[in-house]
Amino acid sequence: MMTAVPISWFLTLSAILFALGVAGFLFRRNIITVFMSIELMLNAVNLSFVTFSYQHKEVAGHLFTFFVMVVAAAEAAVGLAIILTVFKNRSTLNIDDVNSMKN
Amino acid sequence: MQLWLIPTFPLAGFLINGIFGRRFSKSLVNTVAIGSVLLSFLWVLKTVLALGDLNTAHLEHYFTWIQSGVPGGNHYINIGCDFAIDRLTVVMLFVVTGIGSLIHIYSIGYMAHEHGPNFGGYYRFFAYLNLFMFFMLVLVLGASYLLLFVGWEGVGLCSYLLIGFYFDKKFATTAGNKAFIVNRIGDFGFSLAMFYIFINFGSLDFDKVFHQAASAPEWVLTTIGLLLMVGACGKSAQIPLYIWLPDAMAGPTPVSALIHAATMVTAGVYMTARSWVIYTHAPGAMDVIAIVGIATAFMAATIGLAQTDIKKVFAYSTVSQLGYMFVGVGSGAFSAGVYHLMTHAFFKALLFLGAGSVIHALSGEQDMRNMGGLRKKIPITFWTMCCAWVAISGIPPFSGFFSKDAILLAAYQHSPAIYWIGVLTAGLTAFYVSRAMFMTFFGAYRGKAHPHESPAVMWVPLAILAALSLFGGMLFKIPEFLKASFPAEAEVENPMLMYISVAAGLSGIAIAYIMYLAKTGMADSLARTFSAPYRLIYNKYFVDEIYDATVVNPILGGSRIVLWKGIDSGVIDGLANGIASRCRDVGGILRLLQSGSIRSYASWILFGGVVLIVAMGLFGGLPR
Repeated sequence: MMTAVPISWFLTLSAILFALGVAGFLFRRNIITVFMSIELMLNAVNLSFVTFSYQHKEVAGHLFTFFVMVVAAAEAAVGLAIILTVFKNRSTLNIDDVNSMKN
Repeated sequence: MQLWLIPTFPLAGFLINGIFGRRFSKSLVNTVAIGSVLLSFLWVLKTVLALGDLNTAHLEHYFTWIQSGVPGGNHYINIGCDFAIDRLTVVMLFVVTGIGSLIHIYSIGYMAHEHGPNFGGYYRFFAYLNLFMFFMLVLVLGASYLLLFVGWEGVGLCSYLLIGFYFDKKFATTAGNKAFIVNRIGDFGFSLAMFYIFINFGSLDFDKVFHQAASAPEWVLTTIGLLLMVGACGKSAQIPLYIWLPDAMAGPTPVSALIHAATMVTAGVYMTARSWVIYTHAPGAMDVIAIVGIATAFMAATIGLAQTDIKKVFAYSTVSQLGYMFVGVGSGAFSAGVYHLMTHAFFKALLFLGAGSVIHALSGEQDMRNMGGLRKKIPITFWTMCCAWVAISGIPPFSGFFSKDAILLAAYQHSPAIYWIGVLTAGLTAFYVSRAMFMTFFGAYRGKAHPHESPAVMWVPLAILAALSLFGGMLFKIPEFLKASFPAEAEVENPMLMYISVAAGLSGIAIAYIMYLAKTGMADSLARTFSAPYRLIYNKYFVDEIYDATVVNPILGGSRIVLWKGIDSGVIDGLANGIASRCRDVGGILRLLQSGSIRSYASWILFGGVVLIVAMGLFGGLPR
C-alpha cells in the first residue's frame, strides 16, 4: 500500500476545508477573500473526488477534478476582471456596498 | 324567366345608394332608388305576361344552397336557392312592387326636407327602402320555407332600421328595439315550425312538404300550423304580439305605409295562405287563427276609437284589419284573406300617405286635436283620403266592401259568432276612420302651423292609390283569380249578411258624424260619462304596462340582479380576481427571499444543502 493514511482522514480534511470555505464566503466582507473562499470550496470538493476515485478505482472522479480545475481557472480570470472593474467604479471592495441589485 | 332579376334590381339600388349615396345628389339618389323599383315592377309585368295563366307554379332552380348528409339518408338536407311563381305570388308581387313604387315616388316629396341631425339621412332612407323591397320580394318568391324565412328576417331587419331611422330620438330607437325583440318571439315559433316540418317531411321545399302533408297525421300538422301561426302573429301583429306595430309609427310615414301597413305585416297572412295544405288538414289550428284574428280585430278597433295621434289611429286600424285577414284565412277562405290583403294595401297605404301629407302640410303635427278644417286648405289630400275612407268603411262598390264581405261571408259559414263580432268591428272601423276624418278635415282649424298642399310628387301617388281604393276591388277579383290555387270554397250568396255589414259601416259613419260634427260636445261628454271604459281604451287596455310588469321587468330585474350582479360580477369576476389576488399574496411572501444581498442567498443555498444532506442521512441516501 502506498500509504497508511485512512480514507476517512482525506474526507474529513475535505469537509473541514469546505466548511472553512463556506464560513469565509458567508462572514468575510472583502470580495477577494470571498473569491478565495470559493476556490477553497472547489478544491475541497476536488479532494473528495480524488479520494472516492481512488477508493472505487474509478477514473471518472479524476476527470471531474480536471474539469473543476479548468472551470476554476476560467472563473478566476473572469472573476478577477470583475473585481477589478468593481474596484475601479466604486473604490471599495466591501461586498455589502455592492448591492445595487437590491431595490 | 329570370325571376331572380325581380329582387336583384332593388338590391342593386340598395348597394349603389348605400355605398356611393353619400356623394350623390338627391336627384341621383331618387333615380337609382325609384328606377330600380320600377324596373322590378316592369319585370314582374313582363314575367307574368310571358308565363300566361300560371295554373301550375313555375319554378326556377339557381343553385344548391345547403347540402348535408348522404342522399337518401336519415338527415339529408338539400336546400336550393329556388324561386317559384304562381298565382298567389303574382298577387303579392304586384302589391309589393306596385305599391312599393308609388310609395318610393311619394317619399321624394315627403323626405325632401331631410337633413339636419341625420346627415346623409336622405340616401340612407332610400337605401333601406330598396333593401326592404329586395327582402320582401325574396320572401314572396322563395320556393321553400327557409328562403321565405330569409326574406322574413330581412324585412324585419329593414323594419327595425327604418323605425329607428331618426336614431337621435330616444323613442324611435326604443320603438325599433321593441319591434325587433317582439318579432324574435314570433320568429322563434317559425324556426320551431321549420325544424318540425323538416323532421317530419325531410324537406323545406313547398312542393315536397305539401305533397306529403296530406297524408301526415293531424296532430303533426296542427303542431306545425300553430307554430307557424306564432311566427305569423309576430310579423302580422296579432294578439299577443301586436304591441310593436303601434310603436313602429315612430318611423317616417312612407315607412309606415309601405312596411307597416301594405306589405311586410301582411307576410304572416301570405305565409298562412301559402301553407293552406297544412292548415286545411289541421282544423284545430285554423280555429285558433280565426279566434286570434277576430279578437285582435275587435280589440285593436276599440283601441283605435280613442287615439288622438292620427298615425296611431291608422296603426291600430292596421292591426285590426290584419285580424280580419286572419279571420279570412282561419275560416278557410284563403283567397278572401289575400283579397283583403290587397285591398287593405291600397286603402291603408293611402290613409297613411294621406296622413303623411297632412303631417307634412302641418310641419310635423300629428295630434288630431290640433287639426280640423283642413278640407279647404289641402283639398287633394282630403279627396284622396275620402276614397280610402269609403273603401275601409266597406261601402259598396268600393274595394274594402268586396274583400270584407268575402271574409265575413266565410266567417259566417265557419261560426256565426265570429261573423257578428266581425260586423261589430266593421262598424267600429267605420266609426274611428270617420272620426279621424272629421277631426282632421272638418270643423274649425285648431292648430298654429300654416297648412300647404303637398307637391305633385306626393299627391300623384295618392291619386293612383285613391283610384285603386275605389275600383281595385272590382277590377281585381282575387277570389276568382286564385280559385285554382286554393281548395274549393263553398259558394254562398247571402245578401242579408251583406246588407248587415254595410249597415254596420254606414251606422259607424253616421254615429261619428253625430258625435264629432253635428253635436261637437257629445264626444267629450260621453267620454266623461263612461270614463272608466274610456280610460281603458285610451290607455290601450294597459297591455304595455301589463307586459312590462309581467315579462319585461322580471327579465330586466332578473338579468340585473342575478345574471349581472350575481353571476357576472360575483362568480366570473370573483374567480378571475380571486386567482389574481391569491397569486399576489403568495408572491408577497416569496418576495421576502429576494433581499438583494449575496450573503443571504448563500445562506439559503447552504441551508438547502444541509437540509438535503440531513434528509438523505435520515432516509438512507439516494434511491437506487
